[in-house]
Amino acid sequence: MTYEPKSLKVVGTRPVRHDGPDKVTGRANYASDFTLPGMLWGSILRSPHAHAKVISINTDKARAHPGVKAVITGADLPLPPPGVTQAGESAINTQHLAKNLLARDKVFYDGHPVAAVAAISEAIAREALGLIEIEYEVLPHVIDVDEAMKADAPLLHDDLFTEGVEPRPETPSNIAKRIVVSKGDIEKGFAEADIVIERTYTTKAVHQGYIEPQGCVANYAEDGQAMVWCSSQGQFVIRDLCITMLGMEASSLKVIPAEIGGGFGGKTTVYLEPLALMLSKASGRPVKMTMSRGEVLRATGPHSGSSMTARIGAMKDGTITSAEVVIKFQAGAFPGSPVGAAVMFCSAPYDIPNLSITGYDVVVNIAKVHAYRAPGAPNGAFAFETVLDELAHELKMDPIDFRAKNSAVEGSKSPYGPTYGPLGGIECLSSAKNHPHYKVNLGPNQGRGVASGFWINIGGQSAATVVVNRDGTISLVEGCPDIGGSRASLAMMCAEVLGIAAEKVRPSIVDTTAIAFNDVTGGSRVTFATGIAVVQATEDAVRQMRERAAKMWDIDVDQVGWRDGAAQEMNGNRSLTISQIAQKAAKTGGQIMGHASINASGAGPSLTTHLCDLEVDRETGKITILRYTAFQDAGKAVHPSYVEGQMQGGVVQGIGWALNEEYIHDENGRLENAGFLDYRMPVASDLPMIDAVIIEVPNPNHPFGVRGVGEAPIVPPLAAIANAIYDATGVRMRDLPFSPPKVLAALEAAEKAKANG
Amino acid sequence: MQYQSPASIDEAVAALATIGGARVLAGGTDLLVQLRSGSASPAAVIDIKNIAGLRTISETAEGFRIGAAVSGAEITDHEALVRAWPGVTEAAGLIGSTQVQGRASLGGNVCNASPAADTTPALIAARAVAEIIGPGGRRSIPVEQIATGPGKTSLASGEIVVSFLLPKRPARSADAYLRLIPRTEMDIAVAGAGVSLTLNEDGTIADARVGIGAVAPTALVLDGAPGILVGTKLEDAVLEKLAQMAGAAARPIDDKRGTIDYRRKVVGVLAKRAALIAYERAKGAR
Repeated sequence: MTYEPKSLKVVGTRPVRHDGPDKVTGRANYASDFTLPGMLWGSILRSPHAHAKVISINTDKARAHPGVKAVITGADLPLPPPGVTQAGESAINTQHLAKNLLARDKVFYDGHPVAAVAAISEAIAREALGLIEIEYEVLPHVIDVDEAMKADAPLLHDDLFTEGVEPRPETPSNIAKRIVVSKGDIEKGFAEADIVIERTYTTKAVHQGYIEPQGCVANYAEDGQAMVWCSSQGQFVIRDLCITMLGMEASSLKVIPAEIGGGFGGKTTVYLEPLALMLSKASGRPVKMTMSRGEVLRATGPHSGSSMTARIGAMKDGTITSAEVVIKFQAGAFPGSPVGAAVMFCSAPYDIPNLSITGYDVVVNIAKVHAYRAPGAPNGAFAFETVLDELAHELKMDPIDFRAKNSAVEGSKSPYGPTYGPLGGIECLSSAKNHPHYKVNLGPNQGRGVASGFWINIGGQSAATVVVNRDGTISLVEGCPDIGGSRASLAMMCAEVLGIAAEKVRPSIVDTTAIAFNDVTGGSRVTFATGIAVVQATEDAVRQMRERAAKMWDIDVDQVGWRDGAAQEMNGNRSLTISQIAQKAAKTGGQIMGHASINASGAGPSLTTHLCDLEVDRETGKITILRYTAFQDAGKAVHPSYVEGQMQGGVVQGIGWALNEEYIHDENGRLENAGFLDYRMPVASDLPMIDAVIIEVPNPNHPFGVRGVGEAPIVPPLAAIANAIYDATGVRMRDLPFSPPKVLAALEAAEKAKANG
Repeated sequence: MQYQSPASIDEAVAALATIGGARVLAGGTDLLVQLRSGSASPAAVIDIKNIAGLRTISETAEGFRIGAAVSGAEITDHEALVRAWPGVTEAAGLIGSTQVQGRASLGGNVCNASPAADTTPALIAARAVAEIIGPGGRRSIPVEQIATGPGKTSLASGEIVVSFLLPKRPARSADAYLRLIPRTEMDIAVAGAGVSLTLNEDGTIADARVGIGAVAPTALVLDGAPGILVGTKLEDAVLEKLAQMAGAAARPIDDKRGTIDYRRKVVGVLAKRAALIAYERAKGAR
């Protein structure tokens, strides 16, 4: 489907979201709200060690404990055949997944599941965990990515040989993969440069921080049919991973999506569901499992900590001639960090003739990392956009002008291969430059930072069904969990095509047996890809309604048009509303239902530029964000409020990451801050209103011009804040997070350096 | 686990004395978190919220008496108390969030004996006295004598802190409390400082008391502070001396919330800033 400009009545307006009232009144049902008669409680025993051999496991006492109905260990979960399941931006290795769900001969991180118990109460299940006897042989561990790459580092997997290196290494290491993106000749490019700056950066592992912990109920019946109720970013990927783990048929498992309390990429895989199914199968009873916040932080998601070196050269006129970047990512216990995105996208807003960007995927003793909003891109942008800021200062150029001079535009070749279509980078930069925010004068100890970001966005498989009800209302059936207002935007696109109000379309996200396979909600793909499916399904319904009208009027369907929610006779005055057609449907051929199932391509990248003003308390090192404005190309904002909401949410997560969020491990590799008290996400009072300026450069591959918007806004904040700290204090900070003790230490070190000349 | 909700202090004291390992429950904002995390599993919780007098604030000839189970929100809503003790009340108002404020009690904050308790440095600066009832009767001790270490108190078995007495204030008196947290709320002090001052008519300081928190196993009285502050108008050099004294008195640890070096510096900054606020308030106080 291609974009064509048209006058719009619904798309671009701001109706109340369909799921809003249930959420604000507490009626929405989340994962842990579901209960079945006879239900048991499942609980997980987790490794207290960052790295250890499991010598023995004895579950006898736990099994004998009154009230315990099932106990499982890694021995009960045979390795599935080797394979990869695609889950949005993550490729999930099924054997690694099985080893992550329940450890076998080794535990790889503090929190790694070793056994699980189902009992008649949560308290009894927890008691039983205490009765499981495990003998460990503690091994040296490694968490820091640079340390893990050293030849003498503790080795996690003795069968891991670096991919992407020729010839294949003869010895195993923690480096799972090397990825290189290059073009031109970087040394020639650096030779042409008048100035070259090289800097090194580090970031700590951070968590997605969704408010709703993972939870599920599983019910495995005697005939091999099963159901799982859980919140996720994709009921189909949950189903596919579960059936792979348990060796089930797809039609035997119904996964029912609960309302989801945040995912940010972290809920595109399974942690509990296969265990709950196994416990249910073993006990013959439904089993509920929910994680505590401590379990969430220790054993799910996090996003990679990283170590990066960026070297960029530019000529006096501001032309960037060459860039070389090396990016190392923590993968966690098993290979598969999002370092590839950092490699491909850190320079993607710019057209740079000579590039060499290398990424390393490195296993370390923390939980296997999982996707987090624009996975990998914020790390890369932190390094790249901060060196750009230094170059702009050295060249005495305005940082926005410097970026604009080097911006990729339609027709530029992307670092990762394809040639760009229409792109909103320049529009974001000029909008930022002309915005009142950029002109406000700052006071003492205040600074302003600029940074840009890029996210590719994806398409993928989506299906939609448009059911026409007798009263003229529409039931819109879809299969992508709503994590950012997609129900509203999809219903609005349906309403636009039909020519009715958004409120007349009721969207439902249905279980795995009620619609064709849908890819996960990830990659900012739903409003784009499912949006196309919805438009096609709606057009299918419109076509059928025109046919019915033609039948009712006894004219040729070519003589029937469609306008404002009604079939219109082209050569006459007759019209039939949706409800008039639907009420006669039984007599004109049966009930009317439009359908589409697609694999969408052509998602347009989203570019963004951020302005951040902050103040540094020079005596305490505490940073206060004063003003923040995000400019982003949305292609077309179907529901501007939820586009703004996505932009604000991404910025806030980026601010948290920049200022205080970090995984802190003790000397034994145990996570010290496994709770929201000391894993410091921002609270509302920490933040100013985040201003969102929507830029609309239509995506030619979507009927309304939509680009994904959910991920790009988390990309620039790390660099924007680092650049603003420099502007406020003259100090460059390159190691995240910029927490008060670190900022104060950096300020004092700078003072000392100045005093020593 | 038993739950008891006695109607009188005597009943509560009897229950505490007879059930080994029983814990007092007021707002529960610390205890319930400990129960849920498994770090505490008492045989019984004794809920003191329904005991007459423990949830009231009264003004007498001696000063203000605040019941141990009075919540932060009730404290910050009490206009006369806020006027007399702006520092103590702002410390109570800093704990947790709006929701937590509805429950978190003054007695709980002090008796939880966290080194980082926000009200303790402010109460120390205020010369607050804790009134205790136990099997052996009634006694009163200065508030700094309650906590003896992280999570540990000097209370004997069966003893309950029932109220805090804030003494009557002379004219031109005021207090202030400041803490450093990386966020703006829902956090625990990395360092804290409470300052209470009384001024002479000419604006010089007649009386001063400073408490610091989160920089030692318990909140500390800064014993040397009056010697530095009394007779001055908080000139820059005086403030610098106060900051240095606070940093030197601190015995902090390195942990996930801050380094030794950082805490020493910041507690000095906070003492200085709190002193300035208290001074400005005292100038305007009746």
